[in-house]
Amino acid sequence: MIGVGKMKQYSNVLDKPLSKGKQEVSLTAFAFLFSELVQYNQTQVDNIAELERRLEDAGYAVGSRVLELLCNREKGNRRETRLLGILSFVHSTVWKVLFGKVADSLEKGTEHEDEYMISEKELLVNRFISIPKDMGTFNCGAFVAGIVKGVLDNAGFPAVVTAHFVPIEGQQRPRTTILIKFAEEVLKREARLSQ
Amino acid sequence: MAPVGPRSGDAIFSSIDRVNAELFTLTYGAIVRQLLTDLEEVEEVNKQLDQMGYNIGIRLIDEFLAKSGVSRCVDFKETAEMIAKVGFKMFLGVTASVTSWDADGTCCSIILEDNPLVDFVELPDTCQGLYYCNILSGVIRGALEMVSMKTEVTWTRDVLRGDDAYELQVKLLKQVAEEYPYKDDE
Repeated sequence: MIGVGKMKQYSNVLDKPLSKGKQEVSLTAFAFLFSELVQYNQTQVDNIAELERRLEDAGYAVGSRVLELLCNREKGNRRETRLLGILSFVHSTVWKVLFGKVADSLEKGTEHEDEYMISEKELLVNRFISIPKDMGTFNCGAFVAGIVKGVLDNAGFPAVVTAHFVPIEGQQRPRTTILIKFAEEVLKREARLSQ
Repeated sequence: MAPVGPRSGDAIFSSIDRVNAELFTLTYGAIVRQLLTDLEEVEEVNKQLDQMGYNIGIRLIDEFLAKSGVSRCVDFKETAEMIAKVGFKMFLGVTASVTSWDADGTCCSIILEDNPLVDFVELPDTCQGLYYCNILSGVIRGALEMVSMKTEVTWTRDVLRGDDAYELQVKLLKQVAEEYPYKDDE
């Protein structure tokens, strides 16, 4: 007889309740996974810039989902429309959920109006990474920069986001600074809104 | 030093550094998506995920042995129990159970009650042949190879594919004899 047999029941992700987000996995599991991500991407590129761009892409995919998830769960389906609002959302809410703490600092660039910096003394993704000399300025923080870009872009704040090492005096390891440079239109809108 | 007895997976999990599972889940999702874009063929993606898992497995076993205090398992049955009860708990914070043993005790199923890799995931029609969690089978295979067990690990049930559970079949192919004496140890 046709049609007899187990009917496969595909689950629909939207039918499930949104998890509270309190689940955890071991840091090692994440570190191993992240290291595989970096190693795989290394096989796909022939220069550092390209590698950083691919890590940023992977992060971007995470960021756009994080924005959607957190706006639903933490902010009652509201999303920030003002510059400082979205920045503090990234610096506090996003950081806290993803990395378990708020970012060490959020600063405004002194030289340019459109630049902001989020700094972290020991960024999670850089914790188990040491950069070989021949890879120069490569920074795994590109992944986190991608996350930040993903959140900002999808919230309507297009920006160029990059990760940099900044040496600190008296410390062996440099801190990581995520530099955010907003697009012109964002600043124009912001100026209009603050009138 | 007196040998340390095996610790329970729960005790280890609560004492080690942890990260939010969503970061892990979404990062894994980003990897799978990158692979799908790069390799185009679902079969190739399955292979690459398995390879990545294998790479992780051969490194992860060190941490497992160091942190769990588990010593040599007497048989494959004990090995499977360790993976399910201690291994899955200590790395992913989930519990798994072992069932469906065959008569010679060389083949069993590990059933995952919870699977942190698949939160927010729905397989689109174009990816029906994908074993989304294939990295896990690679991890088990790689880790066991480091303790001299050649295994074959396959997915037999997958909720994303419409089944009612996540089930991995682990089959012991060969126990590789170890070579004594270890020169660097004596």
